[in-house]
Amino acid sequence: MEKKESKTLERVTIRFAGDSGDGMQLTGMRFTNTTALEGHELVTLPDYPAEIRAPAGTLFGVSGFQIQISSSEIHTPGDQPDVLVAMNPAALKVNLKLVSDNGILIINSDAFQGRNLALAGYETNPLEDDSLKRYQVFAVPITTLTRRALEGVKLSVKEKDRSKNFFALGMTFWLFTHPLEPTIEWIKEKFKNRPELVEANIKALNAGYNYALSTELFSTTYRVDKAKKAPGKYRNVTGNEALSIGFITAAKKAHKELFLGSYPITPASEILHELSKYRNYDVKTFQAEDEIAGIGAAIGASYAGALGITTTSGPGVALKSEFLGFAVMAELPLVVTNVQRGGPSTGLPTKTEQADLLQALYGRNGEAPMPIIAAKSPADCFSAALEASKIALMFSTPVFLLTDGYIANGSEPWLIPDVDSIPEIEVHYATDPDTFMPYKRDPKTLARMIALPGTPGFEHHIGGLEKDDTGDVAYDPDNHDRMVRLRAEKIERINQYVDQPEINGDPEGELLLISWGSTYGTVFTAIEEIRKRGKKVSWYHLRWIYPFPLSLEKYIHNFKNVLVPEINLGQLVKVIRDRYLVDAKGFNRVRGLPLNTHELVEAIENILQK
Amino acid sequence: MSQQDKVRPGKVQLTRDDFTSKSEPRWCPGCGDYAILAQMKKILPDMGIPRENIIFVSGIGCSSRFPYYMNTYGVHSIHGRAPTIATGIKLANPDLKVFVITGDGDGLSIGGNHFIHLCRRNVDITVILFNNRIYGLTKGQYSPTSLKGQITKSSPYGSLENPFNPILMALASGATFVARTIDRNPKHMIEVFKRAAMHKGTAFVEVYQNCVIFNDGAFADLTKPDTKSERALYMEQGKPYVFGNNRDKSLRWSSNHFEVVPYDENNPDKELMVHDEHSLNPTLEFGLASLSDDPNFPTPLGIFRDVAVDTYEGLLLKQIEFVKQKKGEGDLEKLFHSGNTFYIENK
Repeated sequence: MEKKESKTLERVTIRFAGDSGDGMQLTGMRFTNTTALEGHELVTLPDYPAEIRAPAGTLFGVSGFQIQISSSEIHTPGDQPDVLVAMNPAALKVNLKLVSDNGILIINSDAFQGRNLALAGYETNPLEDDSLKRYQVFAVPITTLTRRALEGVKLSVKEKDRSKNFFALGMTFWLFTHPLEPTIEWIKEKFKNRPELVEANIKALNAGYNYALSTELFSTTYRVDKAKKAPGKYRNVTGNEALSIGFITAAKKAHKELFLGSYPITPASEILHELSKYRNYDVKTFQAEDEIAGIGAAIGASYAGALGITTTSGPGVALKSEFLGFAVMAELPLVVTNVQRGGPSTGLPTKTEQADLLQALYGRNGEAPMPIIAAKSPADCFSAALEASKIALMFSTPVFLLTDGYIANGSEPWLIPDVDSIPEIEVHYATDPDTFMPYKRDPKTLARMIALPGTPGFEHHIGGLEKDDTGDVAYDPDNHDRMVRLRAEKIERINQYVDQPEINGDPEGELLLISWGSTYGTVFTAIEEIRKRGKKVSWYHLRWIYPFPLSLEKYIHNFKNVLVPEINLGQLVKVIRDRYLVDAKGFNRVRGLPLNTHELVEAIENILQK
Repeated sequence: MSQQDKVRPGKVQLTRDDFTSKSEPRWCPGCGDYAILAQMKKILPDMGIPRENIIFVSGIGCSSRFPYYMNTYGVHSIHGRAPTIATGIKLANPDLKVFVITGDGDGLSIGGNHFIHLCRRNVDITVILFNNRIYGLTKGQYSPTSLKGQITKSSPYGSLENPFNPILMALASGATFVARTIDRNPKHMIEVFKRAAMHKGTAFVEVYQNCVIFNDGAFADLTKPDTKSERALYMEQGKPYVFGNNRDKSLRWSSNHFEVVPYDENNPDKELMVHDEHSLNPTLEFGLASLSDDPNFPTPLGIFRDVAVDTYEGLLLKQIEFVKQKKGEGDLEKLFHSGNTFYIENK
């Protein structure tokens, strides 16, 4: 062994991979939490199959968790892992092509035999041929060592083997000079009803750490300095967690109860799970019999005075469409969160995509405009939920909030805001029964007058039929034309009450990038890289996609090229071409994964070199 | 709004006129819906519920225009989905008295799923289902309660489908109040509506309602003077099941089925079973409900079931209180600072 040294890295990407039953998501989350507590910048990418327990050893059953940690600002989980922890041959096979040259492979050599190799499609054992010579390979008999460490623990061999992920985690902690204590505390709490599991997992964790230490397995350990972030208290959050906190906050700030009507669907279910915990915050969660009932109940609750929200993914939105039109017609506040996943149909339930933008914009019968806001990162889901709720209540309209599987499950540190610094959300109700008409509008916002059931003197009807101002059903052609235009104009006026994004970079030049939603991180990183190379590129990231921000008008015609990167076949780009008649081009990959920074950099270079 | 609208209901005695909206009903002349509307207006003033706390929610169909004709809060929603909106309303504000107005197509076809789940949850909502065994507003197609063989616009050679029995569906889905009445018997309807509206939990009332245009006379046997006594059985709490032109017939449960037995009012058989709407015996409820449309038996009308079970919203409120006691009132400060937190110090 060479002399041990410690290297300080600015950023590093680590990927844990194994069978879907190997506990890789849990391992990744534990590593993430410790990383967060150490004060590093981090972005994570859970990447797992839809099958809960796919057949062991198969390629399609491989579950991965990637994390990039850094001492400087980062916005992606990294393109290429520098370290891959592979618990079996399939995990190696699936992930090896991602790993950077000379990257570190920590491999459970016990799993590299017989049937496992065959299932992964290896004709020879890659640990024994020279196919891994481009990498630093650390083949460790993790299963054997875990069993040995757990001798005397009252568990079956099968149960002991389940602790091997903690052994791997222990080794990885040592490699990155991370402390074990937070994980030990977590294990004690998590398994407090199963003392034998507490013992086993802690022993395996320590054994992995000590094995790496005492065998001097790695010649180098790595350090990542604390991130140079704004000082303050941070909390590591996934997008779905941040979203839930955002909605609770919005309801409290509006002095309303929060009502979630929802039906389980990947990858949105965690929001339902999370919000169900907060009964003491007057959060009423209702697991409905189907997607339609979920939104129906939310609309009913909203009419009765709660902050009504529903959460789903693309297929669920398809089912909710008729009710969305109803909410547009009845002009009721509602926030509809679509955690987008790969489509169409059932598609790729656990993978990410941005292909529901046109569905959100146009997926309803009739002229049914709905505002659309998109979150750009896991922590940003908090403010997106808050802002969506505010606009829904202020304009008495359903609002689409788009996130996606990547930011919903991914996590990053969230700078905890001061509760008092978050403004109250003012909700206006009709006050004079003599002049009350349900479709009389606020002259500024065009929001209709709201009176809650239970208020004497304001008895009225709402419904899906076209109405006139009084709330009576109206078939008059001119009234319909007027109401259609009013509903559209109301949504346009939201622009006067939300921040307009500003351009990042010069206001004119060779190339303007326009993006929305979760590609924020990749575009940020790609532009950073391009600018490092001394080249110029400008960037405009949308928060509200409908109404379309006004400030883009100022810039879009000042650029020779406009490039719109999206995880779809070009949806925002269509809207931009339609709106500005510019020859905007798309950069599109639809692989169920976040965009790859290197590929985007290359695409930008190609345009700049023309 | 007239002055009258500003009267605070609950403090003064309301009349049926207080519940009449300014919208003129647009049902066909002679439609059974008028009778239902009239009886609803009659019962509400005496329910002791402030008018502003009453809300009618409907779906789509002839019956679903109902909320427009009531001077209360109302939601005319989308096809089949009224139970979902009603559930949201009730859970958000349990003080409201929520009615769902639906029909056989709206409630049992497109909205069948919501209907059974509403019953199962026992949300405190009163469901009035207008059953005319036909799609009226779309002009005469067979519905899920149309009889097999029924000739309609979409079944010119006769419907091939077996109809639902709405009472059986409601019973099987766990509704805690289940009853049937008929448009041509307003006195009976009033009694059933009152009981249903006062029930705590999901109350389901099937109203046999005649569609004069597309399915006229569907329930004529139950109302025509020459047949009604033989064909309709009015169930009464604690009394034997008596019917027949001379009130000379009754029902008896014989091992696993009902049978018709002679009845003598002056000398009733002590062994004869009596109706118990509070019974928790599903066999008899299902047995009675199954008699509908059986040529060998009369069709039962009245209350099949009326049992007290915790309501969904009651349990929800209890749970909220429980969690508040256990964890304390929700506090955003605490919420923000829970989970995995860490500090980044000033450099």
